[in-house]
Amino acid sequence: MAPALALYRSTIGKKVAMALTGLILVGFVVAHMLGNLKIFTGSQHLNEYGEFLRTVGEPLFPYSVLLWIARIVLLGSVVVHIVAATQLTMLDRASRPERYVFHKKQQATYASLTMRWGGLIILLFVIYHILHFTTGAAHGNFIEGDVYHNVVSGFQVWYVSVVYIAAMVALGFHLYHGVWSMFQTLGLNSSKWNGLLRGLSVLTALVVAGGNILIPVAVLAGFLS
Amino acid sequence: MNVTLQVWRQKNATAKGQMVKYEVKNISPDTSFLEMLDIVNQELIARDEDPIAFDHDCREGICGMCSLMINGMAHGPEHATTTCQLHMRSFKDGDTIYVEPWRARSFPVLKDLIVDRGAFDRIIAAGGYISVSTGSAPEANVIPVPKENSDLAMDAAACIACGACVAACPNASAMLFTAAKVSHLALLPQGQPERHKRVIDMVRQMDDEGFGHCTNIGECSIACPKEISMDFISMLNRELIKATATNKE
Amino acid sequence: MATDTQQRPATTEVGGRRSMGFESTLDAQIPPGPLQDKWDTHRFKMKLVNPANKRKYTVIMVGSGLGGASAAASLAELGYKVKCFCYQDSPRRAHSIAAQGGINAAKNYRNDGDSIFRLFYDTIKGGDFRAREANVYRLAQVSVNIIDQCVAQGVPFAREYGGQLDNRSFGGAQVSRTFYARGQTGQQLLLGAYQQLERQIGLGNVEMDTRTEMLDLVVVNGRAKGIITRDMVTGKIEAHAGDAVVLATGGYGNVFHLSTNAKGSNTTAIWRAHRKGAFFGNPCYTQIHPTCIPVSGEHQSKLTLMSESLRNDGRVWVPKRPGDTRPPHEIPEAERDYYLERKYPSFGNLAPRDISSRSAKEACDAGLGVGPGGLGVYLDFADAIQRLGVAKIRERYGNLFDMYQRITAENPYEVPMRIYPAVHYTMGGLWVDYNLMSTIPGLFVIGEANFSDHGANRLGASALMQGLADGYFVLPNTIGDYLAQVKPGDYNLAGDEFRQVQEDVSERTNRLMSIKGKRSVDSFHRELGRIMWDECGMARNEQGLKRALEQIPELRAEFWENVRVTGEATNINQELEKAGRVADFLELGELMCLDALHRTESCGGHFREESQTEEGEALRDDDHFAYVAAWEFRGLNQQPVLHREPLSFENVQLAQRSYK
Repeated sequence: MAPALALYRSTIGKKVAMALTGLILVGFVVAHMLGNLKIFTGSQHLNEYGEFLRTVGEPLFPYSVLLWIARIVLLGSVVVHIVAATQLTMLDRASRPERYVFHKKQQATYASLTMRWGGLIILLFVIYHILHFTTGAAHGNFIEGDVYHNVVSGFQVWYVSVVYIAAMVALGFHLYHGVWSMFQTLGLNSSKWNGLLRGLSVLTALVVAGGNILIPVAVLAGFLS
Repeated sequence: MNVTLQVWRQKNATAKGQMVKYEVKNISPDTSFLEMLDIVNQELIARDEDPIAFDHDCREGICGMCSLMINGMAHGPEHATTTCQLHMRSFKDGDTIYVEPWRARSFPVLKDLIVDRGAFDRIIAAGGYISVSTGSAPEANVIPVPKENSDLAMDAAACIACGACVAACPNASAMLFTAAKVSHLALLPQGQPERHKRVIDMVRQMDDEGFGHCTNIGECSIACPKEISMDFISMLNRELIKATATNKE
Repeated sequence: MATDTQQRPATTEVGGRRSMGFESTLDAQIPPGPLQDKWDTHRFKMKLVNPANKRKYTVIMVGSGLGGASAAASLAELGYKVKCFCYQDSPRRAHSIAAQGGINAAKNYRNDGDSIFRLFYDTIKGGDFRAREANVYRLAQVSVNIIDQCVAQGVPFAREYGGQLDNRSFGGAQVSRTFYARGQTGQQLLLGAYQQLERQIGLGNVEMDTRTEMLDLVVVNGRAKGIITRDMVTGKIEAHAGDAVVLATGGYGNVFHLSTNAKGSNTTAIWRAHRKGAFFGNPCYTQIHPTCIPVSGEHQSKLTLMSESLRNDGRVWVPKRPGDTRPPHEIPEAERDYYLERKYPSFGNLAPRDISSRSAKEACDAGLGVGPGGLGVYLDFADAIQRLGVAKIRERYGNLFDMYQRITAENPYEVPMRIYPAVHYTMGGLWVDYNLMSTIPGLFVIGEANFSDHGANRLGASALMQGLADGYFVLPNTIGDYLAQVKPGDYNLAGDEFRQVQEDVSERTNRLMSIKGKRSVDSFHRELGRIMWDECGMARNEQGLKRALEQIPELRAEFWENVRVTGEATNINQELEKAGRVADFLELGELMCLDALHRTESCGGHFREESQTEEGEALRDDDHFAYVAAWEFRGLNQQPVLHREPLSFENVQLAQRSYK
C-alpha cells in the first residue's frame, strides 16, 4: 500500500490511478455494451441476462452479492478516476496562471482536448442512466425486472434516445484518447506498438459507442418494440 | 517584405505586461527571425525607446537559450527548428505575427520575452546525473553498450532544455524534458545503480516546481526542436512505476 | 622591423610607436625531467591541501562551459567550496555546446598506430610549432582519462555494433582517434560536465549564480582574491571573494562581430584581468574555419559553422572565369577550378583549416567567389552522390544538409553548398604557466580563455579535449598546490580593495548609461568587426595593421562619446551588457593588431603576407619568433610591454608544414 500511496502523491501516480481505474471502466463499458446487444435476441434473453447478473456466483455468493461487489468496484473506480482528474485539473489550472493571447494547437486531437468536458458529460449521463434504467426514478413507465420493456419504452421517447446517442458519442471520444493514453501512462507504449495501440483505441471507441447507439436507433426505427 | 508584430512587453517581473504593435518594413526574407527583432530593436534604440528583450545566444539551434511563442506556436511554425534558425521566408508579406514569452507558473517572466527556466536546472540537480567523481572512472571500453541502446539514449540526450515542451503543453507540463533525461540515463548500463532513486527524485522535483501533468496530448513532442519522442514519456512512466514498486525507502 | 625587435629588446618599435617598456623572459614553471615524466613528477612534488582543510577554501569559477563546469564539479568533489558564475540562464548553455565534430583521445582503439606521443606530435605540428611541448604532452596524456570519465557519466558516444566506442578520423588526421556523439559531441560532453556540476549544486557544494556577469577582478596584495559581478536581472553590482579565481570564459572571436561564437561570448573577464596585471598571450592567433555558411546580407548577426567532416566527401571549387554568374550546374567541368585538389594534391579538400580558409579568400579576392557579394565558394557533393547514392550521403550528413537548407533555403542535394570561412576559435588568451596560473598569483585561466595548448593553429576535435583536460584533470591538481601555500579566507570583502573595484565598476556602468549619444552599440561592434576582419583577418600585412591601429583608438574614442545605451541599469538591459563587452573588444582589438604587427612571420592562423614561400604558403621564422608573446597592460593608450616565453623543442624537430 505504501508504494501505491507514494506513487499517487506524484502527478504521474495520479495518472496511473486514472489509467488503472480507466482500465476497469473500459472493461465494464465493453461488457455492458455486449450485454446490451442481447436485446436483439428478444425480451426473454435480455431479461434472463439481467437476472443472471444477480444470480451469478450462487450458491457460493448469495443473490446479488457479486453484482454489488462489481458495483462497488466500479463506483470506487469512478470516484478515484474523478478525484484524480479533479486534482490534476486543478494543478494544471495553476500551472499557467497567465494564458497566451494566441495559442495554436498543432498536434492535439479534439478528443484529447475534451477529456475533462467529456468526462463530466459521461458522469452526468451515468447518474441519469442509473435513475432511468436501474432505479426507474427517471423513467415514466418503469417495470421492475422487465429490462426489455424498460429499454424499449424508454427509447421510444425521442429526446431520451438523443441524450443517449449524444452521451455515447462523448464516450466514444473519451475512449478514443483514453484507451491509448492508458497504455502511454502505464509505460506500455513505444513507437513499435503505437500504431497498434492507436488502432485498438479507435476500435474500442467505435465498438462501444456504435454498439450502444444501435439500440436507441433500432427502437426509434421501430425495429425493436 | 513587411510584417506587423504584436509583441509582449513587460518592464520587469512584477510589472503588468501588454501586447504592443510594431510595423516592420523592408525585411529580407533571408533574415532570421531574431535578426528581424534585432532590426526592430535598432529602430527602437534610434527612437530612444527600450528595445525588446529576448533570450538568445548561440543562434545555431543548440544552446536552447532562445524561446518565443510565435503565432501561438513554440519556436514558430517550422518543424524541428528553434526560433534562432527560423527565417522570415516562413512568413508572408503583410502577416501579423504574435510574439509572446513562454507561459508557465514555473517559468516566470523576467522582462518582455525573457523567462526564468531555473526549474529545469533544479530538476537535473535532483538526480539527472550519474554520480561519478573525477578520476574514478574505469577504462571506457570495459562497459560495452549495445549500439541500439546507445542510439536511443542519444535521441533522448539531444534535448536542449529550451522549454518549448512546457510552453506548448496546454497543462504546462515538464514531462518531456524530465522524461528525456531519465530515459537517457536509464538506457545506459552506467545509469543503472541510481536508476530508481533518480526517477523518483526528479519527478518529485518536477512536481514541486509546479508544472502541470501530462495528458498525453503530444503538443510537446511536435513543438520540440530536437524531435524528442513521446515514447520517452511512456518510458518515464514505466520507470517511475517500477521504481516506486521496488523502492526500499 | 621585427628582427630589430629581437635584437634590441629594450627599445622596441611596434605599431609605429616607440616603447620603452622593459621586456622580461617569462618562466613557465615547466617541471624538469623527461617529457613523459614531467606531469607525474610534478603531481608528486606539488603541495597538497589537507582534506579536512579543503572546505575552508573558496574557489571562484567564472564560466560554466567544458572547462568551468568540469573544474567546478571536480573541485567541489575534492571538498573545496566553489562559487560558479555564468551569464546565461543556465550553466548548460555555455558555447562549448555548439561543438559538432568530436573529441580526440590517444586511445589507439583502432590499432592504427596512434599513441600519446603521436597525438602530442600532431598537436605541436598542427599548432605550427608555437605551443609549449610540456603542456601539449600532458594534454595528450590525460586525453585518455577524459574519455573514461565522460563514458562513466553516461555521455552517449557513438558505438560499434559490438558495443565498443566508435572512432573516426577528423580534420585530416592520419589516425582515427576522434570520439563523437552524432554531430553534437560538444553538447553531450558539456551536458556530462553540467550534470556533475548540478549534482554538486544539489549537494550544496557549489553555489551557482546564473545571469551574472563578471565585470572586474579584485587583486589584493598582488593576489587574485575576488571578482565584481553584475546581476543581469536586478542590475546589482556585487563583490565576491575567494582564495583563488579561475577564469573559464571562452574565446574572444566576437571581436570580429561576425563569428561562429555565441552572441554573448565576450572578452570582458579576461580583458579586465589583463588590465589588472595578467599578461595576454599571442592575442593575434585566430582560427578561421573554412566551412561556414556565407553571409547573406547586412542584417547578418552571426555565422553558422558546418562540421568540416563535410570536406570528406564534398569538393571545393570556384569558376575559372571571374564574374561567372552562371548557375553552378551550367558551368562545365573544364571551367571549374578545384583549387584545393590542384594546389594540395595529397591532402586535397582535407587540407588544414588555415590553408583551406586562406585559399577560399584568395579565390574570392581574385573575383572568383560565388553567391551574394562574391563571398563564397562551392562545396559540391554531386560526385559523392553519384558515387555513393543520396541515401548514403543523407546518412552521413543529413542533419548538416537540413541545417544548411533551413538557413539558406537551398537544397544541397541538388545544388552545391556555398561556404565561406568564418572566425571560429582564438588560440590566444591569457598567458598561463604549466600550472594554468596567470601572471597574477591566484588567478587561473582554463580552456579557450587561456593561450596554452594549440600554438598558432588548433586541430579539429582538440578544443573539447583541452577544455576538459584543464577542468577535470589539470586544474584540480595544480590549484591545490597554490591553495596549500595561502591561508584560507585571507581576504576582507569589506576591505578597501573590494570597495574600490566595486566603485570603479559602478562608475563605468553609470558612465555607459549617461553618454546618451547617437550611435547604437551594435553599430560600433559592426564597425570594429569590419576593421578587424579586413586588417587582422585571414591575411595580414604591415600597412593594414597600422591602418587598423589608427582606426581602432579613434573608434574607441567615439564610442565613449557617442554610444547610446537605452533603458535602465537596474533591470535586464541587454544594450548595457553589450556596451560593456564592446568597450572591452575595442581595447582588445588594438592589442591583437599590435601583436599581429610585431610578429612578422606567418604561422598557423596568423598569416603575414610579407612572410610566405614562393608558392604562397605560410613561412615561419623560427630564429626570431619561436616564442610566446605575452603582453602586459600599462594603461589605456599606452604601449603595452612585450614579454617573451621562449619555446624550446626538445622532442620534436621543427619543420615547415607541408600538405602538398
